[in-house]
Amino acid sequence: MIRFVLSRVALVIPTFIGITLLTFAMIRLIPGDPIELLAGERGVTPERHAELRAEYGFDKPMMVQYWDYISGVVQGDLGNSIVTRQPVLNEFFALFPATVELSLCAMIFAVFIGIPVGILAAVRRGSVFDHSVMGVALTGYSMPIFWWGLLLIILFSGILQWTPVSGRISLLFYFEPVTGFMLIDSILSGQEGAFTSALSHLILPTVVLGTIPLAVIARQTRSAMLEVLNEDYVRTARAKGLAPRRVIGIHALRNALIPVITVIGLQVGVLFAGAVLTETIFSWPGIGKWLIDSISRRDYPSVQGGILLIATTIIIVNLLVDLVYGLINPRIRHQR
Amino acid sequence: MTESTQTISANDTPSAPGPLAEFWADFSRNKGALSGLIVIVLITFVALFADVIAPHPPAEQYRDAFLVPPAWTDEGTSKFILGTDAVGRDILSRLIYGARFSLSIGAIVVTLSLTVGIALGLLAAFSRGAVEIAIMRIMDMMLALPSLLLAVVIVAILGPGLFNAMLAISIVYLPHLVRLTRAAAITEMSKDYVTASTVSGAGVLRLMFITVLPNCMAPLIVQATLSFSSAILDAAALGFLGLGAQPPIPEWGTMLAEAREFVLRAWWVVTFPGLAILITVLALNLLGDGLRDALDPKLKKQ
Amino acid sequence: MKRIIITTGLILSIAGSPAALAAKTLVYCSEGSPEGFNPSLYTSGTTFDASSRHIYDGLVQFKRGTTTLEPGLAESWSISNDGLEYTFNLRKGVKFQTTRGFRPSRDFNADDVLYSFNRQWDKNHPYHKVSGGSYEYFNGMSMPELIKDIVKVNDYTVKFVLNRPEAPMIANLGMDFASILSAEYADKMLAAGTPDKVDLEPVGTGPFQLVAYQKDAVIRYKAHPQHWQGKAPIDNLVFAITPDASVRYQKLRTGECHVMPYPNPADLDSMRSDPNIKLLQQEGLNVGYLAYNSKMPPFDNAMVRKALNMAINKEAIIEGVFQGAGKVAKNPIPPTIWSYNEATKDDPYDPAGAKAMLKEAGISNLETNIWAMPVQRPYNPNARRMAELIQADWAAIGVKANVVSYEWGEYLKRSKNEDRDGAVLLGWTGDNGDPDNFLAVLLGCDGVGGSNRAQWCHKPFEDLIQKAKTISDVNERTRLYQQAQTVFKQQAPWATIAHSVVFMPVRKEVMDYRIDPFGGHPFYGVDLQ
Repeated sequence: MIRFVLSRVALVIPTFIGITLLTFAMIRLIPGDPIELLAGERGVTPERHAELRAEYGFDKPMMVQYWDYISGVVQGDLGNSIVTRQPVLNEFFALFPATVELSLCAMIFAVFIGIPVGILAAVRRGSVFDHSVMGVALTGYSMPIFWWGLLLIILFSGILQWTPVSGRISLLFYFEPVTGFMLIDSILSGQEGAFTSALSHLILPTVVLGTIPLAVIARQTRSAMLEVLNEDYVRTARAKGLAPRRVIGIHALRNALIPVITVIGLQVGVLFAGAVLTETIFSWPGIGKWLIDSISRRDYPSVQGGILLIATTIIIVNLLVDLVYGLINPRIRHQR
Repeated sequence: MTESTQTISANDTPSAPGPLAEFWADFSRNKGALSGLIVIVLITFVALFADVIAPHPPAEQYRDAFLVPPAWTDEGTSKFILGTDAVGRDILSRLIYGARFSLSIGAIVVTLSLTVGIALGLLAAFSRGAVEIAIMRIMDMMLALPSLLLAVVIVAILGPGLFNAMLAISIVYLPHLVRLTRAAAITEMSKDYVTASTVSGAGVLRLMFITVLPNCMAPLIVQATLSFSSAILDAAALGFLGLGAQPPIPEWGTMLAEAREFVLRAWWVVTFPGLAILITVLALNLLGDGLRDALDPKLKKQ
Repeated sequence: MKRIIITTGLILSIAGSPAALAAKTLVYCSEGSPEGFNPSLYTSGTTFDASSRHIYDGLVQFKRGTTTLEPGLAESWSISNDGLEYTFNLRKGVKFQTTRGFRPSRDFNADDVLYSFNRQWDKNHPYHKVSGGSYEYFNGMSMPELIKDIVKVNDYTVKFVLNRPEAPMIANLGMDFASILSAEYADKMLAAGTPDKVDLEPVGTGPFQLVAYQKDAVIRYKAHPQHWQGKAPIDNLVFAITPDASVRYQKLRTGECHVMPYPNPADLDSMRSDPNIKLLQQEGLNVGYLAYNSKMPPFDNAMVRKALNMAINKEAIIEGVFQGAGKVAKNPIPPTIWSYNEATKDDPYDPAGAKAMLKEAGISNLETNIWAMPVQRPYNPNARRMAELIQADWAAIGVKANVVSYEWGEYLKRSKNEDRDGAVLLGWTGDNGDPDNFLAVLLGCDGVGGSNRAQWCHKPFEDLIQKAKTISDVNERTRLYQQAQTVFKQQAPWATIAHSVVFMPVRKEVMDYRIDPFGGHPFYGVDLQ
């Protein structure tokens, strides 16, 4: 088992190094001049421009810049944002909890609806329920989520006024962030109504971000379940006269969940991509929006650091999924 | 509607029909896929004959008709069936012309990524060793970045615009195709018929493209249809972020981006472009599902 | 759920936070996150709104809603006859804010002034490099070359010695970069080894003090109880950071915020008809222009430039690009600035005359570029559309123009090139209300190859503005600047296009909000009904 874990971790390291190189190279390829951008119409003199370039290290040879960057990364220093002059790491972790909270809620929403619905659809294969679930799932899967978000805003915030338009919590409430997760902080604050407010702010973004994972998970659960239900051991169990609920609950479900877990792991990347759009629509103060802003401001250290941190998160989650997978399914562990 | 029709059909075919006929038989039994196909044919028709069908030129600004609501509402006029946008352009006509962009985006992205993806995948499968490791590692790295984010960065490098957006999306789709091709090719390469042609002295290129590739096509075709629809979605998302097609091009995502400021004021400007995207993508996905069911041998066995 | 929203609006308007029901809280839906809280380090208006305009004071300040200077932390000042020495008498009994991290032990005095300026001026000052240490406004206003010495005469007197006379000096000191920070706080933080706290957890003398900031979400302030001009009428000030204009409007409608900046032009009509919203408006302190490259033939010929100006239909631009929220510009400075020359006659829109004039200048088959910037600016909401309109106007007189654009940073850089091909769309927003801030920066000979995008160095014009700079008599300066504007109009290095109109929708319960001509959003003096 330890060997399995180590071998998987070892595989990740070159990918990580490669990603530092890839992000570094990509960022340098983006045309534009952050110094001119900062100065705006006012402009800076050529001398001052050169001075600032030197200050940010842009004048050094690429290899030296990369070396500076990578030695910083090793020490946990991702450089300072050009715009705010603050360490990129601080900026990132100030916003990261908001994205994680939103993504987790979206995932919970997707898993807790997607899996039961998928199982039910598989069990009642061919029924009206199955057809309508799969129809809705495919529609959800085809949804341009930025549009979906706008529609929900028009309906629930504009016309019905059930949910707030944007933000994480009503401005009436103020407390120091403890965990960074508004749902938890609002409970910790002990202020009456804070939790409800935080929750009402989360609903629409969660639904929007969770739509595609929900569709994918429901479809995947259904087809995995169908496959397992056709396997011999399930048939045997059925033939032995075990109650259908028991067959589905214990034998089939456990095996059907393996591919579903993989899919959930893969959805992490999808969630981050979706977060970029969802955060833009709902003015959600997370890293997706921050990265897009940083790109348009040519804030190289922020873009570089942000992408690296997101990639790292995704690699770690995929690694964990891989390991969990190995735990559930010993066959994988002993391959190769 | 009850127990799947597929199970019965697979067994009662009397004589083995040609692969194409068999495929069509499987495919056409799937109502969803068939309706998807019909919708796509319709959209293609609309796109091809946009000049004839569209009631107005797509960029024509009717200065006296800003933000006219659709025809069936109280203030609507029959001149603009789906209403007009902020500068008085007919939304229906823009959507009709927009179909051209969306379909070509899908087609170009699929062609580009499929060509490059297959080439890289075959290269990896045939070369093994350092080349293979290099290719697959790069693909792994790309997979570790969220696709939309990667596309945004690539567009930032190339500059915003429709073509660059397509290029970016094609690049982002490579890893899946490369992996798929490589895996399929490696499986095929261990089979006897490949060994046979190797022994009979076939060149590497011939082996790659004529012997092995045709036998890997089924999963690639499925992946390609799915990419077609996601390309449309992703291009629209880039357009929405202001990085895709630039106004006044009537690309649907770009139309949505322009419409954003009217979210609470003119619902029709926001609703219809999104609906157009949804319908097209849904139809393509239905089609893709049908293709997969018809091509996937594992499903057919059941 | 529905109830929550409605009560939110109600509570906000009558009460405030649940903790202190009697407190008045004003919520401002701001457009973005500030870069930081030390105004001397940054250049954006968003940052100034969050810092200098609330947390800090300057030696001098602008009277609310005007471009008129009035005493701030300096009670009075005197200028030596040669215009080289500025002596400021500082106000006594001014209290700094008490925050979680700092309790002031003394009142404001000369040390604070010295600290605030020396940090930016003296490269060896211990604070010079803190927080990235680049002071672009201080540099941009030529302060390093201008200042010879800053002397503490006594605890309440500070003298600025200059290298040359500079009439706009007092106005410069009213700008955001000249905010006064606490030297005592700085010393304490330096001793504690956390100098960057000075910029992150600001302490000033201003009417509001920072309570909390969550990036991209919210900034909270409370009124500084001992502010030298008296405590602000409102108790708490909240910036709800809301980048999307239509979302801001929605929040304004539901009462989630009281004031919002930068509305969508498309929403103005419905704002006007909403009984809960007052739509304030004022002409902005800006100008949008099209600068020819006066060094490149045939644009070195004033007649050609004039002819092209006459071909542009500015009314159509105001309608199509500004959607009415703009005013045709005839001078290079906006009408809200003193010395604006009312007598200037704008180039008439006369395509036939323009065509004839080009012919007279011996020009045919002229082909050029129009540069359209890729971003929205206060003086130009849609440069691309503006460029397309001008392109069509010029085509009508037989001039072929291509619209070109670059990424914003590139655009700013490339447009400075003296051998640039084509005319550039750009603009300017005033910093200190002095005509020199427009005329010298944008059209002076020093700016060629830099902020003078027309690359225009014209002796008679230059002489006038240089002379005006050395005189402190406002009437005399006005006369000189008006002459300069006449010269400018004859020579036409630019097509002056428009001054935009600034709109500020506020809720009806907001009392006495005044639009800041400098484009800021200050809330001292604003009350809630």
